[in-house]
Amino acid sequence: MDEIFGIPAPLLFGQLLLGLINGAFYAMLSLGLAVIFGLLNIINFSHGAQFMMGAFVAWMLLHYLGIGYWWALILSPLLVGLTGVILERTMICRLYKLDHLYGLLLTFGISLIIEGIFRNQYGSSGMPYRIPTQLSGAWDLGFMFMPVYRGWVVVFALFTCITTWLVIEKTRLGAYLRAATENAPLVQAFGVNVPRMITLTYGAGVALAALAGVLAAPIYSVNPQMGTNLIIVVFAVVVIGGMGSILGSVLTGFGLGIVEGLTKVFYPEASATVIFIIMVIVLLARPAGLFGRA
Amino acid sequence: MQLSRRNMLAGAAATGALPLSLARAQAANTVRIGVMTDMSGMYRDNTGPTSVAAARESAAEFGASHGFRVEVIEADHQNRPDVGVNLARQWYDQGVDLIMDVPTSSVGLAVSGVAREKNKSYICVGSATADLTGAQCSPNTIHWAYDTYMLARSTGGATVRAGGDTWFFITADYAFGHALERDTSNFVRSAGGRVVGQVRTPFPGTTDFSSFLVQAQASRAKIIGLANAGADTQNCVKQAAEFGLTRRGIKLASLLLFVNDVHGLGLQTAQGLVCTESFYWDMNDKTRAWTQRMLRRIPTNYPNMIHAGCYSGALHFLKTVAAMGVPAAKASGLDLVNRMKAQPSDDDLFGKATIRADGRRIIPSYLFEVKTPAESTKPWDYYKLLQTTPAEEAFRPIGEGGCALVRS
Amino acid sequence: MAGQSMTSSAVPAGPQEEIFGFTKAQFVALLVMFAALVVAPFFLYPVFLMKLLCFAIFACAFNLLIGYVGLTSFGHAAYFGIGGYIAAHSAKVWGLTPELSIIIGALLAGVQGAIFGWLAIRRQGIYFAMITLALAQMIYFFCLQAPFTGGEDGIQAVPRGHLFGFISLAPDMTMYWFVAAVFVACFLLIHRIVHSPFGQVLKAIRENEPRTTSLGYRTDDYKLVAFILSATLAGVAGGTKSLVFGIATLTDVHWSMSGEVLLMTLVGGLGTVFGPMIGAAVIVAMQNYLAEMGAWVTVIQGVIFIACVLAFRRGIVGEIGNLLRVRL
Repeated sequence: MDEIFGIPAPLLFGQLLLGLINGAFYAMLSLGLAVIFGLLNIINFSHGAQFMMGAFVAWMLLHYLGIGYWWALILSPLLVGLTGVILERTMICRLYKLDHLYGLLLTFGISLIIEGIFRNQYGSSGMPYRIPTQLSGAWDLGFMFMPVYRGWVVVFALFTCITTWLVIEKTRLGAYLRAATENAPLVQAFGVNVPRMITLTYGAGVALAALAGVLAAPIYSVNPQMGTNLIIVVFAVVVIGGMGSILGSVLTGFGLGIVEGLTKVFYPEASATVIFIIMVIVLLARPAGLFGRA
Repeated sequence: MQLSRRNMLAGAAATGALPLSLARAQAANTVRIGVMTDMSGMYRDNTGPTSVAAARESAAEFGASHGFRVEVIEADHQNRPDVGVNLARQWYDQGVDLIMDVPTSSVGLAVSGVAREKNKSYICVGSATADLTGAQCSPNTIHWAYDTYMLARSTGGATVRAGGDTWFFITADYAFGHALERDTSNFVRSAGGRVVGQVRTPFPGTTDFSSFLVQAQASRAKIIGLANAGADTQNCVKQAAEFGLTRRGIKLASLLLFVNDVHGLGLQTAQGLVCTESFYWDMNDKTRAWTQRMLRRIPTNYPNMIHAGCYSGALHFLKTVAAMGVPAAKASGLDLVNRMKAQPSDDDLFGKATIRADGRRIIPSYLFEVKTPAESTKPWDYYKLLQTTPAEEAFRPIGEGGCALVRS
Repeated sequence: MAGQSMTSSAVPAGPQEEIFGFTKAQFVALLVMFAALVVAPFFLYPVFLMKLLCFAIFACAFNLLIGYVGLTSFGHAAYFGIGGYIAAHSAKVWGLTPELSIIIGALLAGVQGAIFGWLAIRRQGIYFAMITLALAQMIYFFCLQAPFTGGEDGIQAVPRGHLFGFISLAPDMTMYWFVAAVFVACFLLIHRIVHSPFGQVLKAIRENEPRTTSLGYRTDDYKLVAFILSATLAGVAGGTKSLVFGIATLTDVHWSMSGEVLLMTLVGGLGTVFGPMIGAAVIVAMQNYLAEMGAWVTVIQGVIFIACVLAFRRGIVGEIGNLLRVRL
């Protein structure tokens, strides 16, 4: 068997692939953060809680209404996105004139409430959610067994990220968005309803988090604290990538997933810290982040 | 959790910074049991409201015919040792005679220290660490239902005897995981098995275990030992099913798993998993009858060994108080605990069980395998018994723990 | 990006006579605080009060950074926790006296603050918050795995020891007076820092950093020193707390602790002298009184967070000061 750095090559390929899958989640979450930050200038601390809500709503749809995975993939982001719209209209919109740290504090408070409510209602042992039958099973890739569902996650996440990027960079709506990021009053003067656009953007960012949650439900334990630990890592991803560009945050997400995957082979003890260490190095070399503008 | 004004008032009186005399006035002929547990965190279902219900059930069955009132109060330590210590001090100062449950080792150990300082009694049920009856043992503490050593011995030794002789460990990278891995490895080896590898996973913060599982699979071990707990274990089991490890004949052995976790995973995912508990609700008519009584209190959560332990511990405590008389029992926690050690505990769930000088209660441990969906015929019908380790062999021999009480 | 600054808008006050650097109103409040410190242990539970004072020190240290320099750290648990661990280790394993243990804990927290601060002040605003959070998370993993911390069990059974080698701190009341003295010392030290020329520059940075730079101040140096001071004092708080309870555990380094101290400061009033202390009292009392309510505690904390951000940005003390038209 061939070996690379003392690790059997098949194992290494396998790990690269698995890293890519994890990266898919990082990418989707940091994408949502970047979209929200771009227009609202708010770091959405409740992103992790909304990711968790996405998974839970999928479970609730199945459990109470018998609605399966495929519909949940559409309905859950819509429902969670709707709660995001309500949050933005009732609370977040009051903060735009203030220092944007207040946005961080507010969304932190929101995440405490969401997680507390879910914990009260559903306990903490986690809920079962099965892989849809169409996607169960595994491919034999020669070097490893690749569960079909994992492949689906990567493909779907890539599709989502690219679609989002295209919408923002290539469509008229995206042009308005980008313009409003630069100078909102001017865009408003041209007759674009900027407040509504902001509301919908927040809803869309939240929906992205929920979508990631639905994707995660069949493979990760669906419990109220599932988003908490993830969100801190995603923050580090965002700092490394810089929030200047959508594409940057996506690339960083996938890249760091792979780096983390490799660490799990060579030095598993450090696999949780490696992203933070990279963050420190990037800060020393390029304080604005890999893709950021200073 | 139900919120009522009565609850809140009780909580305020129990935990608040009230003048001490106020609470004491009414306590003369009332024996108070404080259930300190996790109402809001990861262990809520494994302990939490069901532990409180178990203690209340115990008090209700014990009845009021013994000349004193029994009051069960509850509080959430939020898995924070400082909150736990603060609560324990206030409870003991305000006339709580026994604190029980207390999951999470850091809090469990800290409360043990307070009980000793205040000379009160303490029955630890929820914490796993064997240090409670080892290096950090206390004359005021009894460890009731299980510990890490017993889990390792049963799951390690008994599994090898059942044919699983090559092991690979996925270990949470902290003291609890290390202790489980170390103890289990020893039992695997001494039973004639082999440990072919292990991987340390960062804790907390690891949600994706697939690459560790792939490494484990590459080692060709028959058994993958999961030296972790809670969400980590759930993720491991879920992802092992996804990668088809279990279908290819690899067995997962979880070193700390409760029947409630199995419920959370679902049988489709958890089937074939091996784990150890000292109690299962469907063992015999008595346990089934008790479970029915418990379900009237908490209909959604079946009791596990911690809940059974809370019931049995509270009952033994109340019987001992009745035998000693309330004034004597209140005078010294040390005397009370010594009396509890002198008599074997006896109840429907565990039968007769002795308590050692180091505070370890000695009961059999059971190695269970999780049923397949086809084998399961009723709600929460999850376990089948593989092996029983008799009480005398289940726990660490008294001389090996390094407990100072034993030498004297 | 520009917006209203993070602090409560100070009420415009004319030239006022000052007593030891305190305005008249502040001096009255100070006397009330001293009186409360002396009287409280006879009515309230001393251990509860000591916990409250430890968090008050922590919140004051945190306020030095957020209230006077305008830097929002989301990782202050790291310094609090390291201070606690080191002090506990010194007292238990090396058998040092309590005051030495706390000092060593504080110094190490300060060194750590120097390194992390140096990294974090490269970025501003939200990035600063996220970087401090990520760095603190590294410390959490370190504490989980380092052999001396005892992993999830923490350092247990830490002796309170003898102050200066001969005053036993084991009785709760003696310990209380010691903790109260530490609190007063820290409180006055912070007040002194804020009212020194150095403190004036800090406030200038908060109000307008580019302008301060153009006046010839090396703002990064000032920010770093403030960061180190804040980290050191957080270490004092952590060390004192670990001696009070006799334990040092992972909760003290967990990121939710960073959120909690932020909440305390916010509730009390950012950039006010007495706010952090009041905020600490409110939150600690809440945790104690609401222990019965389980998971609702986090929900209530969340609600308070939101209420403060949306409606009471000045915090309790800030609002009172505004009502009475005085600076507190």
